[in-house]
Amino acid sequence: MSQTKTIVKEAGIANRKRMKNILIHSFFILVSVFYVLPFLYVISISLSNEKDVADFGYKLVPMNFDLTAYTYVFANAKVLINGYLVTAFQTLAGTVLSILLMAMAAYPLSRTIFKLRSAVILFILLAMFFGPGPGTSFGSVPTVPSYILVSRYLHLSDSIWAYIIPGLAVPLYIIMFVTFFKSISEAMIESAKIDGAGELNVFFRIIIPLSKPILATLSFMVLLARWNDFMTSLIYISNPNLVTLQFLLQKILWESEFLKSLAENSFHGIGIDVVSGSTAPLETMTFAMCIIAAGPMLVIFPFFQKYFSKGMMIGSVKG
Amino acid sequence: MKSTYMIKNNMELLLLATPALLYFVIFQYFPMFGNIIAFKDFRYDLGILGSKWIGFENFSFFFSSQDALRITKNTVLYGIVFTMIDTIAAMLLAVLLYEVLSNRALKYYQTVMMFPRFLSWVVVGYLSYTLLNPVHGILNQLLDFFGTAGRDWYSNSDYWPWILTITQAWKNIAFPMLLYYASLLAVNPEQFEAAELDGADWFQKTRYVSLPALTPVVIMLSLLAIGNIFKGDFGLFYQLTRDVGTLYPTTDIIDTYVFRSLKTANPGMTTAVTLYQSVVGLVMILISNFIIRKINPEHALF
Repeated sequence: MSQTKTIVKEAGIANRKRMKNILIHSFFILVSVFYVLPFLYVISISLSNEKDVADFGYKLVPMNFDLTAYTYVFANAKVLINGYLVTAFQTLAGTVLSILLMAMAAYPLSRTIFKLRSAVILFILLAMFFGPGPGTSFGSVPTVPSYILVSRYLHLSDSIWAYIIPGLAVPLYIIMFVTFFKSISEAMIESAKIDGAGELNVFFRIIIPLSKPILATLSFMVLLARWNDFMTSLIYISNPNLVTLQFLLQKILWESEFLKSLAENSFHGIGIDVVSGSTAPLETMTFAMCIIAAGPMLVIFPFFQKYFSKGMMIGSVKG
Repeated sequence: MKSTYMIKNNMELLLLATPALLYFVIFQYFPMFGNIIAFKDFRYDLGILGSKWIGFENFSFFFSSQDALRITKNTVLYGIVFTMIDTIAAMLLAVLLYEVLSNRALKYYQTVMMFPRFLSWVVVGYLSYTLLNPVHGILNQLLDFFGTAGRDWYSNSDYWPWILTITQAWKNIAFPMLLYYASLLAVNPEQFEAAELDGADWFQKTRYVSLPALTPVVIMLSLLAIGNIFKGDFGLFYQLTRDVGTLYPTTDIIDTYVFRSLKTANPGMTTAVTLYQSVVGLVMILISNFIIRKINPEHALF
């Protein structure tokens, strides 16, 4: 009798567990739907027929599958290719220089024999708290003195260096480098030095190869911020050949005139003999542009999620 | 012998630090010094040093304008609301995520929710535009389906506190969620089992085991957020609203205001605004750091 009772009771618990499981998974599946849907819409609109969009609005599944928007975009891909080149160059060059500069500055600060250590740390901390901010050039608006410096004194406006130089060193990242370097065993450094290696040698031959985790994490953080930069183009660049992809995307979404001029050019490109460009599928083109400009990176970035989470973890605990 | 060796080492170390030091002098200390134009009638032809001192005139000009109150209020209120909403939602999600046992499902949910973190605000602007487009947008299609007239989202500022709050949560929530989830994983599972043996149901377990385990991290993250309360996320407020003027009453924050003033307004006055922002921000950081230090010195920034 009591045995059957236990069985019934256990069956009840198992049932309840299963119910809870189903509820929780349904909840998270619903949440993921809200995350995935917007992307599906963008893809769908870019593959839709312009007339369908005009008549029925944005749909989750294209009513008529149509690649016209992409033909238009590819017919005049020059602007996009240019945007890719500018973005890729400033991202790669900027990240390499920035990481090198910060790691080089951090190494002396991890060495107790460095006489100026506390002075330099103070110098960096003061910059961190009273300076125009860690993300001088990405994401946050420059202060007027920074703007005057970059545009009037250094004459970096309308040059690729406007992307690369102003945001090279982030004080917080230097501190993160220092923390990591300190964890590398002192004994290893000392034994290398007994063998006659100088500090420069130790840094490049021993410290850098041992610091791959922090190098990967911070490189990725810098890379991502630079790739997503629209602010620099917005503020310092007026030459249309020097703007980043993100800025191009913003312009395409905000100014239908800009897209129209691109579309009109593409008529000549694909040799369609039309008098006016007013029939260009502007609405669907906008989203096709978005897919081509943002798509490839969106596919690549999630593979680096590991570094990203780690970077934010360290960043949030210390700052 | 020993001392020349030390000098050589120190020289090499200094050499390594030099590029960064130069960078800081030029890009951090020079603009810091340049902030004096907040107290000057700055003119480009006279330069930073040559312009005339005018005391606090720029500040009084800014604070007597209606903008001062509006952008301060917006910046601070959004800061508070975002922190509260994100904290509560992230805690809830973390507690629920803890109940997900399948590793594959876990990985999937985390990746999906982390994904928007990689996006620029420009791309998020595209996504929100598919929802809010007054003619073709999905929201208006839904309203239409339920028999209500569609709305022109980009011309009524009343909707925007909602839109902005939801969008930033959508983009930012995964990270605090993962932090909280990690602290739940650190709890000894025996605590949950013991509670279960004592007859605790799911709500009681959450209330008496999970939430207390989360409290330290929650306090830490909230204090850090308070330190940043005077600094808004420019991309969110600029890209989503498409810089539409009619939305300013509820969407203009200090950062967007400074951005618009950068090239057009009086440079001295704009500098006064950023100086005001950074001084109050610094005080906030000092206060929050002081409290963090009291609670747990290990998490303090300095």
